[in-house]
Amino acid sequence: MILLLAPLIILLPFFSAAFIGLAGFISPNFRQQEKLIGGIATLAVFIPFLLLCAIFAGFEGNKLTFEILSWMKTGNLNLAFSYQLDQLSILMGLIVTGIGALIHFYSIGYMHHDPGYYKFFTYLNLFIFAMLNLVLGDNLVVTFLGWEGVGACSYFLIGYWYQDMEKAMAAQKAFIANRIGDFAFLVATFIVYNQLGTVKYSEITLSGESAFWVGLLIFIAATGKSAQIPLYVWLPDAMAGPTPVSALIHAATMVTSGIYLIARLSPGVYMQPGAESVLVFIAVIGALTALLAALIAIAQNDIKKVLAYSTVSQLGFMFIALGAGAFSTAIFHVMTHAFFKACLFLGSGSVIHAMEHSHSVKDPQDIRTMGGLLKYMPQTGWTFIISTLAIAGFPLTSGFFSKDEILGKTFAAAHYSGWYYFVWVIGVITAFMTAFYMTRLTYLTFGGNKRYPADAHVHESSPIMTVPLLILGFLAAVGGFLGLPEVIAHGHYNWVSHHWLNYAVKNQELHASVTTEWILILLSIIVGLAGMYLAYSIYKKYDLAGDEKIKAFFGKFYKVLENKFYVDEFYEAIIVKPFVLISQFGVMPFDKWVVDGAVNGSGFVTTVLANVLRRLQTGIVQTYAIIMVIGAIITLAYLIL
Amino acid sequence: MGLTEQQLYLYLAVSAAMFTIGTIGVLIRRNAIIVFLCIELMLNAVNLSLVGFSRYWNDPAGVMLVFFVMCVAAAEAVVGLSILIAIFRNRQNVRVTEVNLFKW
Repeated sequence: MILLLAPLIILLPFFSAAFIGLAGFISPNFRQQEKLIGGIATLAVFIPFLLLCAIFAGFEGNKLTFEILSWMKTGNLNLAFSYQLDQLSILMGLIVTGIGALIHFYSIGYMHHDPGYYKFFTYLNLFIFAMLNLVLGDNLVVTFLGWEGVGACSYFLIGYWYQDMEKAMAAQKAFIANRIGDFAFLVATFIVYNQLGTVKYSEITLSGESAFWVGLLIFIAATGKSAQIPLYVWLPDAMAGPTPVSALIHAATMVTSGIYLIARLSPGVYMQPGAESVLVFIAVIGALTALLAALIAIAQNDIKKVLAYSTVSQLGFMFIALGAGAFSTAIFHVMTHAFFKACLFLGSGSVIHAMEHSHSVKDPQDIRTMGGLLKYMPQTGWTFIISTLAIAGFPLTSGFFSKDEILGKTFAAAHYSGWYYFVWVIGVITAFMTAFYMTRLTYLTFGGNKRYPADAHVHESSPIMTVPLLILGFLAAVGGFLGLPEVIAHGHYNWVSHHWLNYAVKNQELHASVTTEWILILLSIIVGLAGMYLAYSIYKKYDLAGDEKIKAFFGKFYKVLENKFYVDEFYEAIIVKPFVLISQFGVMPFDKWVVDGAVNGSGFVTTVLANVLRRLQTGIVQTYAIIMVIGAIITLAYLIL
Repeated sequence: MGLTEQQLYLYLAVSAAMFTIGTIGVLIRRNAIIVFLCIELMLNAVNLSLVGFSRYWNDPAGVMLVFFVMCVAAAEAVVGLSILIAIFRNRQNVRVTEVNLFKW
């Protein structure tokens, strides 16, 4: 029964986007109806969420499938817009629609009075449509369509304020970085089809060389979408978009699609013989990304930039889990990360909103001109603090459980390869730094002295923005109880990883002894608390001048951190500049002289010939008549003689 | 009632002379009305030869065809003269050499 309504999950956001986009395009009156537009858009995401909840509640363990449209049938290829609801896609769908609905609701307040209101909600709904295609699709091609769709929507939304050249450039950077990954996705799809003659997830089983290559290519695709070395550079720049977009796309949902895809292919590709080395590679790249981004985040002063780098860093943690073969743990971290990171971003949006409205600070995103906001924005402040505790790994919060599980599984994976010890050590260091820079961010924003002008009137945001914050803050606090560690709760209480996801993904067998697990849990607690305490004590004592202590600690290296390891400059010099040079001095002359020459040359020849031949057309009737007569005489003479 | 061969030659000779005069007139005269008259002359030259052949072969089809040609010529005269009047209203003359705009 509920399956009859299942196509609505996919179609509602699509029809809503089409309706809002067309109606707003045609009618200027409709554009003014902010409440109506926001209401329709929010419902179009909330109803799919309720449907998914109903399916989830009545789920009996068997995969549900439904098909909306047949697409192409040629030879043995039968492509259709067909979808599957299994444990993994239901969980991802719930995250996407649940967080999505909250962020839609929040945007009604945040985007108030924006001239492009209807466009914003069109793009948001279109994004949800594409994302649902990505996570619910039952074959690689439908997932790829969603994959491209979210990339395009991400481009639209980063460049939403496109009159600002810098923001338009950020959008292009994101799109190009994503395209590089998409290419790898396509090649992987071709290999799968070539080897198996099918692209359905349930029928994919590769081994040996093809498992290695498909695994590697899908991981490259994931480095684009999920912002890992070397393609992570677009994500920090993507913060140019409106803050709800950063929360929805660049923190909670789209950037986790690479993790989803790898988890989805775990039974057929990653856990097959031949892909072991790919897993180690994924773990190492994930660890390096986590460390690099955490280091950069320490030296940033833009509230959204810090959150962006922390997202890259947390995504690195998820890849560590994937690399260790703990796919369901990675998805668990995707879930808890969605809770606390969406809350952090929406909280930062609330802060930016307040700073913007005070009209007295130059850059509303600079934490150096904030401080002491907790008193004025208690709801934003406390939810932000809760989420900071979660991401920093404060005991019993959601981030604590998921991060501890990742580190534990990585430690256990060292049983298979020594590399995992290296990954684990980096993971622990990064966890410490995460606690440090997040505490720094929160303290400089909400604690300490006011550093903005005294006449600024800063106030709490409207309930339409704080209600989603409260819900997300609550989830960030308690969401971890869905996946308690094995030593505390055996079997069913380790709900996400064991009771639920184990049916959809295939995990590596990773077990550590009870003593080891307890030691690791204690270590996680100590590392998290130490990071938080260190940052708190420094900034409590010195306030903003605490940054000087950090500078003194890092010495000359701090400059490197401040400039993000010069990665952008490096890419500029190695890739962009040579590309531009080749275009200018190699391709452009060829285009100008050879290609344009052929086109213009044929036109020139025609003109010259025409100039000669058109003299024949005098316009005088008698000339034509004489020619006709001469022609007739010649014809007659020929016939007679 | 049929014509002898010698009589037919007479008809054809007159017809050929008329046709030639008409053709030359069309080609060399500049006044559009004269050109028009010369065209009529050509048509009638053809009519004359048709009548001559019709009598020579004792076949009324040729005479029937002459009636058709006359009808068409009348219609053509109507259209052609209206065009000439229109041209005259625009330019105050009907010299064919000056009506030469329909070109490159």
